[in-house]
Amino acid sequence: MKKLFSIILGLLVVCGLLAFGAQKLQTSSGSTGKKVLNLYTWGDYIDPSLLTKFQKETGYHVNVETFDSNEAMYTKIKQGGTSYDLTVPSDYMIEKMKKANLLLPLDKSKLTGMSNYDSRFMNLDFDRHNRYSVPYFWGTLGIIYNDKYVKPGSINHWNDLWQTKYRNKIMLIDSARDVMGFALASMNQSLNTTDPATLLAARNKLNKLSPNVKAVVADEIKMYMIQNEAAVAVDWSGEASEMLASNSHLHYVVPSEGSNLWFDNLVIPKTAKHFKAIYAFLNFMSEPKNAAQNAEYIGYATPNKAAKALLPKAIRTDKQFYPDDNTIKHLQIYQDLSPAKVGLYNDRYLEFKMHH
Amino acid sequence: MQQKQRLSRSTAYFIPYMLWIVLFVIAPVLLLIYQSFFSINGQFTFANYQTYFSSSTYLMMTLNSVWYAFLITLATLLISYPTAYLLNETKHPQLWLLLIIMPTWINLLLKAYAFIGIFSQAGIANQFLSFIGIGPKQILFTNFSFIFVAAYIQIPFMVLPIYNSISELNTSYVNASRDLGATNWQTFSRVLFPLTLPGVRAGIQAVFIPSLSLFMLTRLIGGNKVITLGTAIEEHFLTTMNWGMGSTIGVVLIIAMVIIMWLTNGGKRRTRRGLK
Repeated sequence: MKKLFSIILGLLVVCGLLAFGAQKLQTSSGSTGKKVLNLYTWGDYIDPSLLTKFQKETGYHVNVETFDSNEAMYTKIKQGGTSYDLTVPSDYMIEKMKKANLLLPLDKSKLTGMSNYDSRFMNLDFDRHNRYSVPYFWGTLGIIYNDKYVKPGSINHWNDLWQTKYRNKIMLIDSARDVMGFALASMNQSLNTTDPATLLAARNKLNKLSPNVKAVVADEIKMYMIQNEAAVAVDWSGEASEMLASNSHLHYVVPSEGSNLWFDNLVIPKTAKHFKAIYAFLNFMSEPKNAAQNAEYIGYATPNKAAKALLPKAIRTDKQFYPDDNTIKHLQIYQDLSPAKVGLYNDRYLEFKMHH
Repeated sequence: MQQKQRLSRSTAYFIPYMLWIVLFVIAPVLLLIYQSFFSINGQFTFANYQTYFSSSTYLMMTLNSVWYAFLITLATLLISYPTAYLLNETKHPQLWLLLIIMPTWINLLLKAYAFIGIFSQAGIANQFLSFIGIGPKQILFTNFSFIFVAAYIQIPFMVLPIYNSISELNTSYVNASRDLGATNWQTFSRVLFPLTLPGVRAGIQAVFIPSLSLFMLTRLIGGNKVITLGTAIEEHFLTTMNWGMGSTIGVVLIIAMVIIMWLTNGGKRRTRRGLK
């Protein structure tokens, strides 16, 4: 009897501790006080001095928590138990969150400064009439090369990567959608194709590229390119801008025949609580001066037309990060594909990685 | 009565451990097995296992993983056995042992990044190669660098059990074998090695099993030119969000590990009988 009692007591104590721990963990992710805003964003994705300025102007303290992939962010918001007020998913993820009912529509009457945004980057397929999202940054997928090893201007198109002179010289970003994507773009196919035969053809084309591939890596690509480890890399413009800032031998090209166009937009997840702070922040970030300061700090392209006009001329007219209309016309945004189709992309990509 | 009480108290002490095992070992494994029976759309299915065993990609990957784990274990063993032997001969083995264990105090990721620095184009290894007139070579992202770094990381786990079994060995066996006219090689292969086999076996288990599911090193050092099952699991959980397939690979890995444990332990019984 005593034994049974002690077992039950032990169990109860442990359960109590676990419940207490869970409670603690939940409240620690996202503070629930009054004058705060819980921002859930990518690492180092906002100029910290803007946060201080925002607090000075409005009195709201911004708690920043970071994620490193759209999928990780999605899982955390879906599971609940958090109180994030704003987050910054990419285009296809906005579509996915919308389908999963994880977003709250914007109250347009509370938004000022929406007219500052470039109309080319509004009302896009992933969020018609911007019901849920305000553009934050945009960018492309392209080729970075080092002019120590590659003659400037000799790489303009995806197909140039297949030349034998780049044997064992190219680094690829470890992302199924992007690697399959540039193979599809090189074949003049849609980056959102779900045709198995086309994807198979793209994989076969990638297999032919594999002698040129030095490595398939993730964030480390930045470090390697800065240290002149590889001659050529395929990566996103945001990463490229950081590389170019640290190594003047590097150049970035967006192939004019087509590539990916991506957006990171601010959205209000279902977990939001501090609505006054949210709209104050959205309006604050839409102000041209603030958006320009942020764009200069982060180095990504701003969708805020009025802010772009405030940027130094060298940045504003840089074709690498603000490509001309002709190139933009050929860029495609990733659509949110069904899990089975994403699986198809991933299987073909895994097969390419296995091939060497 | 008193004995009964003592018994109940000892079971009470056992509760935290049991809870730990149930909550963090048994429950996750059961969940993993449960997950592996669901398709990407959330329907109950055996298709994941079917896909695994009928797809040449996954089978190749399994072979790859086993092959690289074997190479890593072999490299580790070849370095560790002589090291453990020499360690036993030194004056202050505990001090040397501490020096061998020390690297395990450093985070794996840091060690991997250190090797990136050493092996890169402008790294120390290439500077040395240029200095002796060979010229810089591509070292990073090769099979060699992958096995080298993996072996470096695993060596302490191999040295420890082997050292323990060598130091426990009664030296009179070795002396007797020499007295009876055995050559050095015969002493080693007929006496020393068979008697230290349990240590070797424990070392192999400690190295081979984690090597099967390495995934970070395959990207950082191997540049994804070496693809193991660990890579596939990471991809299924984080990118495809196909948890079912990821779990299936996890279950297959667990089964593979059980088989390896069973094989290495089964061998022990056989040799013991053989010795008698």
